[in-house]
Amino acid sequence: MTQLVIEQALNGLQFGLMLFLLAAGLTLVFGIMDMINLSHGSLYMGGAYLGAAATHASGSFLIGMLTSMAGMAVIGVLLEITLLRKLYQRDHLVQVLATFALILIANEVVRMLWGSKPLMLNPPANLAGPVELLGFSYPAYRLLIIAVGITVAGLLYLLVTRTRTGMWVRAGASNREMAEVLGINVRRLFTGVFALGAALCALAGILLGPLLAVQVGMGESILILSFVVIVIGGIGSIRGALIGSLLVGSVDTLGRALLPTLLRSVTAPEIARQLGPAIASILIYLLMAGILFWRPQGLFPARG
Amino acid sequence: MSTLLDIRHVAAAYGESQVLFDISLAIGEGEVATLLGRNGMGKTTTIRAICGFIPLSAGCIEFSGATIAGDRPAQIAKRGIALVPEGRQIFPNLTVKEHLLAFAANRSGNRDPWTVAKVFSVFPQLAERANHLGNQLSGGEQQMLAIGRALTTNPRLLILDEATEGLAPLIREEIWHCLASLRAVGQTILVIDKYVQRLINLADHHTIIEKGRGVWQGSSAALDADHGIWHRHLGV
Repeated sequence: MTQLVIEQALNGLQFGLMLFLLAAGLTLVFGIMDMINLSHGSLYMGGAYLGAAATHASGSFLIGMLTSMAGMAVIGVLLEITLLRKLYQRDHLVQVLATFALILIANEVVRMLWGSKPLMLNPPANLAGPVELLGFSYPAYRLLIIAVGITVAGLLYLLVTRTRTGMWVRAGASNREMAEVLGINVRRLFTGVFALGAALCALAGILLGPLLAVQVGMGESILILSFVVIVIGGIGSIRGALIGSLLVGSVDTLGRALLPTLLRSVTAPEIARQLGPAIASILIYLLMAGILFWRPQGLFPARG
Repeated sequence: MSTLLDIRHVAAAYGESQVLFDISLAIGEGEVATLLGRNGMGKTTTIRAICGFIPLSAGCIEFSGATIAGDRPAQIAKRGIALVPEGRQIFPNLTVKEHLLAFAANRSGNRDPWTVAKVFSVFPQLAERANHLGNQLSGGEQQMLAIGRALTTNPRLLILDEATEGLAPLIREEIWHCLASLRAVGQTILVIDKYVQRLINLADHHTIIEKGRGVWQGSSAALDADHGIWHRHLGV
């Protein structure tokens, strides 16, 4: 039981960190430009496909990863300059409709390029096996994801909290007009934020590729979780996105793994078997509702 | 003395509703000017037009001899205009020190530029709260920070919209004192406030606007001499 809990806690941490890579970009886009970008999940899908293709072509997971991040950053910038920029001044309904259209287009483009069968993406050969950890074995590749996730999250956190660019990003997220009148070109800053967000989506996509299938539609489910994360964390807040990601990642993973077992100890096995998965799948939404009831602006509101 | 800001016959609208009809105002280097008028007459809108937030439908605005109307707010700011806005607009998620570091520049080529340390020496209260977030400050501290934040850009023109609104009397005095010492070192200032007598003591010349039009312009002496103007246009 202890081993299961530790293992699932690590899985939760790993999933939470990957969620953070998506949520970080999403929350800044929403916070600074007041823009709901549903196509954020498509950048994640695009990153996974591009990464898988580049890995197969080059034979190196690392090259695949870097190619995918660079490629998606470029695609992100092009998308922002040509299309999304025109949507900032429009209302949320227009943004939702237009970026939903982008999801459909992205899914079709991927289907045309790579077909509708899921792509196989293997972890690097030397990380394919398990490692001994505290007396039980845990997949080495998942440990790598945790390590990369912690590193990137740490770097991003330093960038946002310790650098002047980070101050501009936070200022832009809380009061765009005031940041501009102080001389910050928020539009250009935002293009940079968008490129970084797209690269982080790609990183999450290729890292999760070997664990989940690389397939059309993979962006949508994780997009919804990312929105839950940024609403819990407070829109526009990087710290909120980090805490929210870890909360959602671990509650979701631990809930699915442990809730049926826990329920079995208090109710009849038959009821536990049916109720457990049902409750587990709505657990993060209960978490969100609870947090919003307690703090309607999320845990770390970026706006005053 | 050369003209720094020159606003000529400016008109502007928010969408369909026209707010400014005919505003003219010139400020020379080193001068302190005010914009007076009752609430809703177009003072803040005039400032938003200077800062590039609303397009002009007529007239022109020149800063240091170059047309700035049509430029983006960030471009205008970089030319050397800094705003202490109504409501102070402190960033709740930046610390006091970050407010003073993030936008620091020397846009006027000041030989003794404003720095964090210099702002802290003028407003010691801010130094004590250097690591507090913007939303943890009192109204007075926020106003000091808003002024400090504008000064760290070392602007050629400092604009204050409602310099002392909503502040306790002692804090108000501190702000007036600060503005007087800024004037003494040659800072060009455009200020909006309700305390006409204090503005007369501080400023060189005044522009009164009513329903989006300039209705009176003159020196401090002229405004001080005719309190009828106060009653007619300012309701005081």
